[in-house]
Amino acid sequence: MQRVPKSPTGIQGLDEITGGGLPRGRPTLVCGGPGCGKTILAMEFLINGARDFGEPGVFLSFEESIEDLTLNFASLGLDPRPLSARKKLWLEYVRVEPNEIQETGTYDLEGLFIRLGHAIDTIGAKRVVLDTIETLFSGLSDTRLLRAELRRLLTWLRTKRVTAIVTGERGDGQLTRHGLEEYITDCVIMLDHRVEEQNATRRLRVVKYRGSPHGANESPFFIDDAGIWVIPIASLGLQHRVSPTRVSSGIPDLDAMLGGKGYFRGSSILVSGGAGSGKTSVAGYFVDAACRRGDSALYFAFEESTPQISRNLHSIGLDLDPWLRKGLLHIHAERPTTSGLEGHLSVMHRLMTELQPRVVVVDPISNLITVGTSAEVRAMLARLIDIMKVRLITALFTSLTSDDTAAGGTDVGISSFMDTWLVLRNTQVNGERTRSLDILKSRGMPHSNQVREFILSGRGVRLLDVVRYEGRVLVGSARAAHLEQAPAAEPRAARRERR
Amino acid sequence: MKRKPARTGRTPSPSRGKRRAAADFYDLRLYVAGLNARSLAALTNLRRICDEHLEGRYRIKVIDLIERPKLGRGDQILALPTLVRKLPEPIRKLVGDLSDTDRALVGLDLRPRTSRRS
Repeated sequence: MQRVPKSPTGIQGLDEITGGGLPRGRPTLVCGGPGCGKTILAMEFLINGARDFGEPGVFLSFEESIEDLTLNFASLGLDPRPLSARKKLWLEYVRVEPNEIQETGTYDLEGLFIRLGHAIDTIGAKRVVLDTIETLFSGLSDTRLLRAELRRLLTWLRTKRVTAIVTGERGDGQLTRHGLEEYITDCVIMLDHRVEEQNATRRLRVVKYRGSPHGANESPFFIDDAGIWVIPIASLGLQHRVSPTRVSSGIPDLDAMLGGKGYFRGSSILVSGGAGSGKTSVAGYFVDAACRRGDSALYFAFEESTPQISRNLHSIGLDLDPWLRKGLLHIHAERPTTSGLEGHLSVMHRLMTELQPRVVVVDPISNLITVGTSAEVRAMLARLIDIMKVRLITALFTSLTSDDTAAGGTDVGISSFMDTWLVLRNTQVNGERTRSLDILKSRGMPHSNQVREFILSGRGVRLLDVVRYEGRVLVGSARAAHLEQAPAAEPRAARRERR
Repeated sequence: MKRKPARTGRTPSPSRGKRRAAADFYDLRLYVAGLNARSLAALTNLRRICDEHLEGRYRIKVIDLIERPKLGRGDQILALPTLVRKLPEPIRKLVGDLSDTDRALVGLDLRPRTSRRS
């Protein structure tokens, strides 16, 4: 089959879904309801084209004046002014005012053709955006004539060999109000902005792409100050680079349990456990070890403030303050309810782009359940992990579970995305509470199957072999008492501990 | 008949200063795309209307956008032909070849907009 030549949009994720961009030299319809992001997608396509692909572009705005358009985009970090100053971008406002025009006989839209043609020829444009051409229907009443002229315009655009985006507002029972999809048949992209349980989610779908295979799924996308960012769902976790390098967990005893070397770089680690089982401590040692290696670390805290985390970790002998001062560690503390899941993902994405961390902690992911359904949280985490894997970030997620369910599954059911899963448990035996840790899974490495007693003290974290006696597991003071009586049976780890 | 797409088809009129001052002076611009049948029809219809209703107090400037494409932006021209009444204010725009005289007269405020029929 002959391949359709394509123009890359430069929009993250979109080129992946479309197999390289929009059909070159042809018009694409981008449709959706108000506020769905059509104009932003179109503008980013032009700006990227002019800046990164040597393809100047013309933007005809039928709805917003150039001043408004420019200000809006400058605030999004997509300032078109430098490019238009260098004649790489041509912005023109086409005003259609419903009450200003009296129709007195036959006419055509040659004026629009001439203006667009002049713009294209002046800067040698290879890309064109018409946003939103259906506005013409509000200014001129002869619908039949307008339709014929639109058809002529699109044919003419093809002869000009420009790659064009024509935007259209969603209509009743059809993709666009005036059926633009009848004339634009090469490629149709639909955007959607819906609010579910107070959370706004944006989605993009390639409805049609003539002569090219394309992902048919809805892909979530969001808009932040880096522009549009589409997450191709289908690509999840399948084509990442993998690293054989190992990184320390920061706890020597735990590294020993993980084949003696710790986690894989770029892997995802889940630490689940009940309240007070030591999840944040495990996370704290992990970032401390990263900073000691000189790796920058980013800590997303959804439960505690930065001073709180720092103070609490002091109590187990960890001092993160030097790393914070050096700028190696960045803690971003935010209540989960301050924004929707998309908002959190967007902030995380931005910070990861800015700070380029090698290690990320999200503490805890279970709190996100308060702002989304578990399916949504799962989808969001899948995307987050996808982003991290691509960047080869080693990520540690903590999850609060009730002690009963710790082994079974986490609330958000995301364990299948995780490479290593540590389970922390509080157990009550003989009137005292002790902590334990075991490795439920750790892909691609030999690891210990034993449950260890997990000791948090001012001197740090230790993992002790549990002591079995008469078919019972002895922990805490029972273990100590047993070892007093039978020093011969003392396991090595415990001996080290007492020294 | 004009030889060229006449950019400045002037009509006999009073002196410049006097013309500017007159509140009922009509400054008209007819935008066309080349001298095709429709452009010529529009120009003929416009002249007829002006001769009948605006004798001695109008000026017509014909602008061919094919020759001067830059000029389409200023007056926000989309459809052709378009007649723009620059004076008297407010600006009015009439789209089409002006064959519908009634609508043209209403559009130019030469007939009141009372009869609101289709």
